Amino acid sequence: MDDSVTFARKIRAHALRMVHAANASHIGSCLSAADVIAVLYSRVLKIDPAVPLDPERDRFILSKGHAAAVLYAALAERGFIPLSHLETYCRDGAVLSGHVTSHGISGVEVSTGSLGHGLPIACGMALCGKREGSSYRVFAMLGDGELDEGSNWEAALFAPQHELDNLVAIVDYNKIQSFGHVKDVIGLEPLFDKWRAFRWAVREVDGHDHMQVERALAGVPFEHGKPSVVIAHTVKGKGISFMEDNLAWHYKSPNAEQLIKALGELEDKK
Amino acid sequence: MRTTFIESLCTLAEKDERIWLLTGDLGYSVLERFADRFPGRYVNIGVAEQNMAGIAAGLALCGKKVFIYSIANFPVMRCLEQIRNDICYHNLDVKIVSVGGGFSYGSAGYTHHGVEDLAVMGAMPNMKVIVPGDPVEVRMATRAVAECPGPCFLRLGKGGEAIIHGAIADFPIDKAIWLCRGENACIIASGAILGEAVQAAQLLEAKGVKASLVSIPTISPIDEGTIGEIARSHKLIVTVEEHSCRGGLGDAVARIVASGFRQCLLLQVGICNTGSATVGSHSYLRDENLLSGSHIADAVTGALRKLMRTPGKDR
Repeated sequence: MDDSVTFARKIRAHALRMVHAANASHIGSCLSAADVIAVLYSRVLKIDPAVPLDPERDRFILSKGHAAAVLYAALAERGFIPLSHLETYCRDGAVLSGHVTSHGISGVEVSTGSLGHGLPIACGMALCGKREGSSYRVFAMLGDGELDEGSNWEAALFAPQHELDNLVAIVDYNKIQSFGHVKDVIGLEPLFDKWRAFRWAVREVDGHDHMQVERALAGVPFEHGKPSVVIAHTVKGKGISFMEDNLAWHYKSPNAEQLIKALGELEDKK
Repeated sequence: MRTTFIESLCTLAEKDERIWLLTGDLGYSVLERFADRFPGRYVNIGVAEQNMAGIAAGLALCGKKVFIYSIANFPVMRCLEQIRNDICYHNLDVKIVSVGGGFSYGSAGYTHHGVEDLAVMGAMPNMKVIVPGDPVEVRMATRAVAECPGPCFLRLGKGGEAIIHGAIADFPIDKAIWLCRGENACIIASGAILGEAVQAAQLLEAKGVKASLVSIPTISPIDEGTIGEIARSHKLIVTVEEHSCRGGLGDAVARIVASGFRQCLLLQVGICNTGSATVGSHSYLRDENLLSGSHIADAVTGALRKLMRTPGKDR
């Protein structure tokens, strides 16, 4: 398998091509999450495309379901779906929808798209594993804007109560939500303290530094008997100079010229 | 009804280890029976219905058969999107149990009046909507939903409902249940209001009107065959439900009748205006909303009189 940096470059390129072809949104969100997803799918998750429903597999839920393109790309790179399926993303009659769907796609645990759903579902999976003595872990990636949803905090209260140390939340903290910077819309700070006050074991990492991300994710649970949360500091649009930290790329799709430029920037980083 | 439900669930859970029960911090003096016997499969989620529905989805994705329990609107409205996206879209084995449908919590106020729940649940994909009319139907319904994979909504009365089907040992919950066969008029009831419908039929009989009476516990998918049979053999159908006139039993029956039974008049007895600030006991609010047995009987005789006055080609 590719090393995680190569994996990340590949899924970024797939996601760029997919949103370009589909004239779809959310490339900025895909790019901010790409490195963490690459580390998960190439280094951390105990999953096997030959046995996608193995009861003992690790579970990953992309709760920020609008970053679907980069998840589909990771699943294709790991052999859960053919790479050629990526070309159908958002097309008429296609299976690969703009927000994550599990319907007809091997390797997707659950459909997401409306925010605030992933962490409660992850709690249910983790609770089941805990009560039945299973060894699998459950990872849920949340957006920062997504943390405005109250349902996350219901789940955040629940998980430590039931000592779900097989549960890992990852916050893709790219500092930009749908309509502005997080600090200007609904500020989350002090985010580390919030999770700690909710009785989670918290680590902060540079979400684009693969070493840091892998070290954190390989080290769960951070504390016995507590759920873990990784606050991944990221940059929206990461990896493409003209998309980085720019709200517009929550919505815009790269045109042909922009796509060539973006893919060129990824090549330059080889 | 809730006691019958929990006893039935305990019996089922003895044999089926996939059955879990979650509650949104309600069920005092009821759920202990399950919690004490199956502590590993019971969770009080806290006052957090969205989380409860999401956790239920997560458990169901791990192969569990999950009952979630709360009262009136709480397990329906507060977590509707989790029900729609997480449970129904994935066709998961989650059973939503709401105790105290209709005006059961009458004096508690509008927040606690479950009077739009059937419309909302009936609109969800893959969802079966079951509204038992008495404790016997509850026992059958609990077993049926446990045996039937996929999402179900089970709306129960709060407690103290009379046993109506005393002599019936077993029946399929997805079919209409005939209580008596008469002529001209047929009363169709769903849910705990069935007791009022029985009373209406008795009042009518005392006046010489022999009406048919049918209980329909499963509103979605509804027993279209029996409704068609009723529409063919009666001049008047009166649907009775403790629910908004919009989107419940009456509308489901109307859809079928409108599809080809023009000879049959349909009268919907239900709650015309939900959102009222009026409170009171269960019986008071039924009476106030023209849902009591005597009001139903009056509605039947009034409609029959109207039919007699307009004979011929219209009917």
